[in-house]
Amino acid sequence: MKPSSFDYIRAESLDHVLTCLAEHGDDARILAGGQSMVAMMNFRLVEPNYLIDISTLDELNEIKLDGGVVEISAAVTQAKLMAWPDLGTHLPLLVDALPNVGHFQTRAKGTFCGSIAHSDPSSEQPLCFAVLGGEAVLQSKRGKRVVPAAEFQTGLLATARQEDEILTSVRLPVQKSGSGHAFEEVTRRRGDFAIVSVAAIADGENVRVGIGGVADRPEIRDWEAIADSDLDDALNTLAWELGGDDDIHATAKYRRQLVRRIGRRVIEEARKCRS
Amino acid sequence: MPQLSQETKHKISLTLNGKEMSGYAEPRMLLSDFLRQEMALQGVHVACEHGVCGACTVQLDGKAVRSCLTFAVQAEGRKVDTVESLAANDGELSDLQKAFRKHHGLQCGFCTPGILMSVEAYLDVNPKPNEEEVRDMLSGHLCRCTGYTGMVRAVLDVVEQRNGG
Repeated sequence: MKPSSFDYIRAESLDHVLTCLAEHGDDARILAGGQSMVAMMNFRLVEPNYLIDISTLDELNEIKLDGGVVEISAAVTQAKLMAWPDLGTHLPLLVDALPNVGHFQTRAKGTFCGSIAHSDPSSEQPLCFAVLGGEAVLQSKRGKRVVPAAEFQTGLLATARQEDEILTSVRLPVQKSGSGHAFEEVTRRRGDFAIVSVAAIADGENVRVGIGGVADRPEIRDWEAIADSDLDDALNTLAWELGGDDDIHATAKYRRQLVRRIGRRVIEEARKCRS
Repeated sequence: MPQLSQETKHKISLTLNGKEMSGYAEPRMLLSDFLRQEMALQGVHVACEHGVCGACTVQLDGKAVRSCLTFAVQAEGRKVDTVESLAANDGELSDLQKAFRKHHGLQCGFCTPGILMSVEAYLDVNPKPNEEEVRDMLSGHLCRCTGYTGMVRAVLDVVEQRNGG
């Protein structure tokens, strides 16, 4: 339960981070909040030779609103994002989802971007990122590239990030006025990872629904002009398509049931809060 | 200190419970182990060592954090407070500690130091929580003997006292 040895690098600037990543590549890991990674290091599931600490880097600790897009940079904690006064206006889905991320004590250090880079299929933040249709901004010495959410997470704890890149920020489009949103999850205990989590955006008669915790990444479906009476069939098809497995937390059958039941409730709630 | 080698112990200077202190740690040393072994603060309790149980919670720059998910080198130049900071020098318990005793908010007491440090940090950002909010905040700590009812009563009692009740 103690991590193996590593060299600790306190990042002095983003450029310093990029230089270290160019030099060490996969031998290095970025330390932002460390709420998942340090636990994995304690279990020795992750054994980096170099740890690059960006948690105190001011240039990566910004929330910016620009032209209908909120850009959250890599060192912004969940606590800071929840305390951002404009969150409810622009990203109301996160107001509902973020209190489910860990606990008060882990949100003080855990970062929004870190969770997306970690890409746990049961985590709330990659689900919101996918449902909102955000973009991941990746930087390296080779340059900067922007990857849409749909192409960023490639599987269980796997992303499109190359070994010399850092996820410097995540961009989220502000929620369209008049649209409705909802989020709900089922966990064994408060603050645990979700057995099933559901997020939905209702815009006019269209629905975008995302499911976390079942497949190896959040799964998104766009249902155009779907009638309430067709929701049960659509959710049932989706529940089978997700291909969940039995594990120590729940059976595949229970997960399918949750997708059907919570899915319907979340979509109805999202439709109700349209204006 | 841009890069600290894994081979050696490095000097860590910090403000610990209000005093300027220093000790030595390899980069891989967890803050929880540093506080217990180097700084002799055994009020920092260690149980799960992967951030779930909350026993090791301390305050880093006034925020409640898991010291088992923080490296000692990250505390360089920062302010760390442990449960030892709560009681007065003459040993008189703080209002929060007294309330935990009064309301039977502990039994074996193993989880208590982390919980007290959490509650203090939480009341800093939310000085007048309701019961539901207190329960949500306490969900970040595992207690396997007393249960949470006494703790909730203790926290709400302190909230009332501090707000002039």
